[in-house]
Amino acid sequence: MTLSPDHRRRMVRTTASLVALAAIYEAIARSGFFPPALTPPLSVIAGTLYASFADGTMPLHALYTLQRVLIGGALAVAVGLPLGILMARFRPVEHFVMPLVSALMPIPSLAWVPVFILWFGLGDAVTIAIVFYAATFPMLLNTWTGVRSVNPLWLRAASAMGADERRLFWKVMVPAASPFIITGMRQAFLRAWIAVVGAEMLAASNWGLGWVIFDAKEFLNTDVMLVSLAVIGAIGLAFERLVFGSLERTTVLRWGMVRAAKG
Amino acid sequence: MYDTVTAPTDQLSPAAPARAGGEAGWRIVARTAFPFLVVGGAWELVAHLGIFPARLFPTLEQVAATFWHLTVTGILPHHALDTAIRLLVGFALAGVAGVAIGILMGRSRFAEDILLAPVSVIAPIPGIAYAPLFLLWFGLGNVSAVLLVGFVSAFPVIFNTWTGVKAVKEIWLRSAEAMGADRRRLFAKVILPGALPYILTGLRLGLAQAWRILVGVEMLAAVPWGLGWLIFGAREFLATDVMLAGIAVIAAIGLALEKLVFQRLEAFTVVRWGMMT
Repeated sequence: MTLSPDHRRRMVRTTASLVALAAIYEAIARSGFFPPALTPPLSVIAGTLYASFADGTMPLHALYTLQRVLIGGALAVAVGLPLGILMARFRPVEHFVMPLVSALMPIPSLAWVPVFILWFGLGDAVTIAIVFYAATFPMLLNTWTGVRSVNPLWLRAASAMGADERRLFWKVMVPAASPFIITGMRQAFLRAWIAVVGAEMLAASNWGLGWVIFDAKEFLNTDVMLVSLAVIGAIGLAFERLVFGSLERTTVLRWGMVRAAKG
Repeated sequence: MYDTVTAPTDQLSPAAPARAGGEAGWRIVARTAFPFLVVGGAWELVAHLGIFPARLFPTLEQVAATFWHLTVTGILPHHALDTAIRLLVGFALAGVAGVAIGILMGRSRFAEDILLAPVSVIAPIPGIAYAPLFLLWFGLGNVSAVLLVGFVSAFPVIFNTWTGVKAVKEIWLRSAEAMGADRRRLFAKVILPGALPYILTGLRLGLAQAWRILVGVEMLAAVPWGLGWLIFGAREFLATDVMLAGIAVIAAIGLALEKLVFQRLEAFTVVRWGMMT
């Protein structure tokens, strides 16, 4: 595969910036300015990373966390997407749902953790419920805004060219709203990812990346913490770049709805 | 992308009679109250039927009584004040840093390539995951809480500002250039107003993020006062009514920030410029 010069330049700069960051951290860690327990050098972190993958604990923790996020996130999309479209298309639905959403939205999902612990007991149900709560609102609001913000000219043009209601929906409204919907999924995933780790910390369940970090704090295992953070970040980045990035490339970028930076 | 929560209040405020379509004021109030009555009624029904234990599913009267008691004794206001101060200081840090970095990333391809990698690595890591680390590095208490809130809420601001600057229509830039706008003017008169809806969305999301992280941080860090701690502590006593009273205050503060700060700002800028209706 030959890379375009544009792509190559981007990769080089990305790598350079990450290497520079690592070098700065290593310099701070080695300087002995802070206690080594709090800023372990990268070699120690790498060792811990290897060990935790070699004995299979870290992948298992990650699997538990991913499972909770995916179940909760799927539920959120299943509810948020249709409801958002309904709200944009039908006024009574909007009038009923919007006040409730406005009242619930400002409540952080983590605030419900203690309540859900009492209601559902410790375990997966709490985490999944928190993920669902966190992911539904961005999905819902972005879909709603997206469908509403479809350029009326496009609708009229399509109607004038004889598109029926069904076609208008699939060929005009959905593509036009898709940048918003994809942004909604992105935000929903980011929020779900935040919520799941917080919920795992608070509703301790022995498995899950959030639980690992919280557990490590008790023993001042900064290396374990940083490894878990790295794993959490890697999974997040993979989703952001691979899942949402490719989703965006095959849809909105190809359709010319948004464009890359220039200059 | 505008994460709009504007509709109901727009219709409630007297300033927007045109959009409400000349509906009578009481009808709008009734319409907004209706869903709450339905949900509240369902809650009351379930609570009074005793399907769940009363300690876990208290009636609304009981929650209201607890709320009143905690407010009169000054406990709830003290918790709320401490939380609000932490939030505002942290968010102010995030807003300034986030907008600056976002604009830089949107305008300069070099900055975009350099900054996108670390930002994308750090941002998806849930802020709450940094909490133990911040607590170890900066100690228990306010410094950690405020720094964490600022750190975490900067990312939505960065991303939205970046997207907004990039989403400024090519044709606006070209026409402004054709009409002889220099770089400074292009920025102040075209790019900034063009990106402002996104920037405001970013600030909103950042504030929401700060809010959500703060409650979690207060649960984890040993802060003596704060709504998060109040809710989490109530768990020990199975005091669901205290939790719900605390959550109500959290919702009220969040809503107030949203309506009082951002919608005003939006009305004075982007709506007036016709960027957004």
